[in-house]
Amino acid sequence: MIYLKLFWEFFNTGLFAVGGGMATLPFLYDIADRTAWFSRQQLADMIAVSESTPGPIGINMATYSGYLTAGIPGSIIATLGLITPSIIVILLIAAFLNAFHDNKFVNGAFYGLRPASCAMITAAGFVVAHVTFINDNIHALSSWERIEWPALGLAVFLIVCTNFVKPTKKLHPVFWIFLAAIVGIVFKF
Amino acid sequence: MKKLFDLFITFAKMGAVTFGGGYAMLPILQREIVENKKWGTEEELADYYAIGQCTPGIIAVNVATFIGRKTAGNLGGVVATLGVVFPSVVIITLLAGVIEYYSSLEWVKHAFAGIRVCVCVLIFNAVLKLFKKSIIDIKTMAIYLIILACSFMFNISPVVFVIAAGFAGIILKVWAK
Repeated sequence: MIYLKLFWEFFNTGLFAVGGGMATLPFLYDIADRTAWFSRQQLADMIAVSESTPGPIGINMATYSGYLTAGIPGSIIATLGLITPSIIVILLIAAFLNAFHDNKFVNGAFYGLRPASCAMITAAGFVVAHVTFINDNIHALSSWERIEWPALGLAVFLIVCTNFVKPTKKLHPVFWIFLAAIVGIVFKF
Repeated sequence: MKKLFDLFITFAKMGAVTFGGGYAMLPILQREIVENKKWGTEEELADYYAIGQCTPGIIAVNVATFIGRKTAGNLGGVVATLGVVFPSVVIITLLAGVIEYYSSLEWVKHAFAGIRVCVCVLIFNAVLKLFKKSIIDIKTMAIYLIILACSFMFNISPVVFVIAAGFAGIILKVWAK
């Protein structure tokens, strides 16, 4: 029964997540909130593992969350659930490729879908940022002291390195993930 | 049959050496599919990416389905897709077990706290890239801000946002001229 539910949840995600792997993130948060399968904290770790292992991020996250939910069969079922709508939709589109290209209603729908997808990923990003930069455990502290300053410093450093510094801009995300892990261990984040 | 097997192996190999998702796969696809196997052209790849970007699902999966279908029909589409996800399923399943086991150790916790910072930055960068491509005028900016505000204020399923934004796009683009 859990397998059927798992397949259904990821089928839904695959059907409605438009714009690649990260676009599945809002749906995974939704699943985390509605079920006890995995936590928001675990999702953040999952993204890191998915980014630093081979394979498409969306698939890795589905496999990972499926595994946390129901072991190895879960990982296979979640992944199959995620890719099934893609396969159906693409096979249909491939059959009608030219008609699809110039349809004004389809173009209009995507005109609205793209910013919506971007907004939902932004919101999901804020959730990860909250877990990362705000210390919720110690309620006695003032809001100023609840901010994780070392983490925020590292984030600013990484944003600068990955966007503005020419020689480091092109480096692979795995490099930054490893660097961040080492900084975390050394400074006891 | 031989063609299907070839599709599966080729896409499994690409899945195993791609880090970071659909975009990172493009150079590998160019080399394997266009130059080595000649299953498609550069232009076709670009089209598949554009469509994959705005259709549901993972981009790498969408592209694999397209190329597989073109090479060996509908079954080819399914086989290529299964090939591209196969290494992920194996690798992540192995890793997930190990990580769950070690995640109670102190230093592993510190490492993941550091990694989470990096993940925030990676998401930030992904959003930035997407933002530049998808927010192209005032109307798309309005959709962006409304959906962002709604996802903070209400606990609604993302499915609702997707359907609403699709209709909003049609209304703004087709009828509001």
